[in-house]
Amino acid sequence: MPRYAGNVAAIRDLVRDQEVHRDVYVSEEVFQLEMEHMFPNSWVYVGHDSQVPNPGDYFGTTIGTQPILLVRHTDGTVKVLHNRCPHKGTRITSETCGNAGKFFRCPYHAWSFRTDGSLLAIPLKKGYENTGFEQSHAASGMAPVRHVRNYRGFVFAKINDGGLDFEEFFGESLSSFDNMIDRSPVGQLKVAGGVLRYMHNCNWKMLVENQTDTCHPMVAHESSAGTVVEVWKKAPPGTQKPMAVEIIAPFMSPYEFFENMGIRIWDNGHGHTGVHHSIHSDYSAVPGYFDKMKAAYGEERAKAILGENRHNTVYFPNIMIKGPIQLLRHFKPIAANKTLVESWTFQLVDAPDMLLERTLMYNRLINAPTSIVGHDDLEMYERAQEGLHSNGNEWVNLQRLYSPDEAGQTNVAVNGTSEWPMRHQFRAWAKFMTMGM
Amino acid sequence: MSMVAEAQLKHAVPTDQELIDFVVRETRLIDQQRFDEWLDLYADDAFYWMPLEWNQTDPRLTCSLMYEDKLLLSIRVERLKGVRTFSQKPKSRCHHVLQTPQVDSRDPAANNYVTWTPMHYIETRMDEQTLYAAWATHHLSVENGRLKIKLKRVDLINCDAAFGNIQLFM
Ligand code: FES
Ligand SMILES: [Fe+2]
Repeated sequence: MPRYAGNVAAIRDLVRDQEVHRDVYVSEEVFQLEMEHMFPNSWVYVGHDSQVPNPGDYFGTTIGTQPILLVRHTDGTVKVLHNRCPHKGTRITSETCGNAGKFFRCPYHAWSFRTDGSLLAIPLKKGYENTGFEQSHAASGMAPVRHVRNYRGFVFAKINDGGLDFEEFFGESLSSFDNMIDRSPVGQLKVAGGVLRYMHNCNWKMLVENQTDTCHPMVAHESSAGTVVEVWKKAPPGTQKPMAVEIIAPFMSPYEFFENMGIRIWDNGHGHTGVHHSIHSDYSAVPGYFDKMKAAYGEERAKAILGENRHNTVYFPNIMIKGPIQLLRHFKPIAANKTLVESWTFQLVDAPDMLLERTLMYNRLINAPTSIVGHDDLEMYERAQEGLHSNGNEWVNLQRLYSPDEAGQTNVAVNGTSEWPMRHQFRAWAKFMTMGM
Repeated sequence: MSMVAEAQLKHAVPTDQELIDFVVRETRLIDQQRFDEWLDLYADDAFYWMPLEWNQTDPRLTCSLMYEDKLLLSIRVERLKGVRTFSQKPKSRCHHVLQTPQVDSRDPAANNYVTWTPMHYIETRMDEQTLYAAWATHHLSVENGRLKIKLKRVDLINCDAAFGNIQLFM
């Protein structure tokens, strides 16, 4: 029996100041409502425009569970289209990415569409004469997503007409994208290195929350990062610290380190850890990089750009970026208990290759299905997904460093172990779930 | 469990049969979870590589599922023993079925021998069992009268698919 559909009060009741009801993670009905309301009401990440450099290039992905296409139109702009034929629903593209040429052609009955989705031709068109076809849904072609924004290469789309405009939705949080992009001497990123795809048997929000969960690394990752620290202790004195140890060992930093790193809260569920420092702060300098940055920006500005150590920036609803290492994780919902995690990496255009090499090493050591750090995390998510079926307690506690006056505050920096970002994500969740309901 | 992990070669140059036996023994050590002995089969400068891309040629500027030196492999082996390694409580088990390894090239002058082995690999944990199909390429060389692995490359047939946890070694 549906409990939540059309019931704004019941949905709002799932989110309390200091706890959330387990149905936000386990209920298939709530999940379907997220797909119908929360995702279409939000600006959702689609892809990067370097994935579609030339006219006709496309990349297939999803917003929530809906199949969509990112396309480079003949006029050079990027479009976002629903990836379904207006005739009978057939997915239009054969590969995840490719080039359509001047138009898309459906493989079923050969209707064709311009790269903005509009209908180009139908074979044996006279069969539709005097049928009122012009008034049909099909006549307008592949439906475009109307609200699309290309922010310095990062493409976002909002399916519904209502909701907030792009600037209002993201506000000051875009500074994390700016910092990631500015780390290229020419201010440009390129998707590079391939995408890691990791299937998780848990709710997508567990992953989003975990990005600002700073009380778990030294516990859940003791098995991996702790072992790295122990094994490295046995290295002969004077051995140069390998890149891999530089990457994994900081996960074992003490609570104090994470408390002091700080967390910043922005509007609409966005926020970042690492206001002052982060696990990325102490990486070795890459030869030649600073000189290039200095030449491009001047010394002071170059230092300011590279001095940012933002750890994880969460963009509500479902991505996280790591500016210092040019990495983006996309938490793609599949079902209440199933999430595909895609971890994308970017090359800083005109910067030394070694930066990309380190980014890729980070990605495979931390975010791959073969990663020991990934194993630590997934084990916890899956145990939570299972444990939440207990009726002994229907609530998940998010109370650490709660303060009654926090709702409505924005752009504040707080203690790095606060669960404020999680409470904040759920406030945004309730807002975009019920918007227009 | 009585199999000797590292058999001494009869002559300076290994026979095809010795190369084949070595590859088969390597997977047996994994299946029997004799990971310390398994690690000893790797040369100090060895790499274990599991590409992410079909026909991948570059392990550095293209991401891989694994591209690990002996230090990282030894960290994995230590982690599997850890008391707080929760993703291994309960432990995974694995099982290899190999086609007979084929000797692709032998170059005694360069001390380099390459074998190619199609295989099915099964990993289980609790009630779940997952089957993977892959080809293993071993680059071997002789050190002190014993074969050592310089590079083991595992190409999954579906290297670009979305996987759940893969926790042991293929
Ligand atoms: S389903 Fe696409 S043309 Fe018929
Ligand atoms: Fe983690």
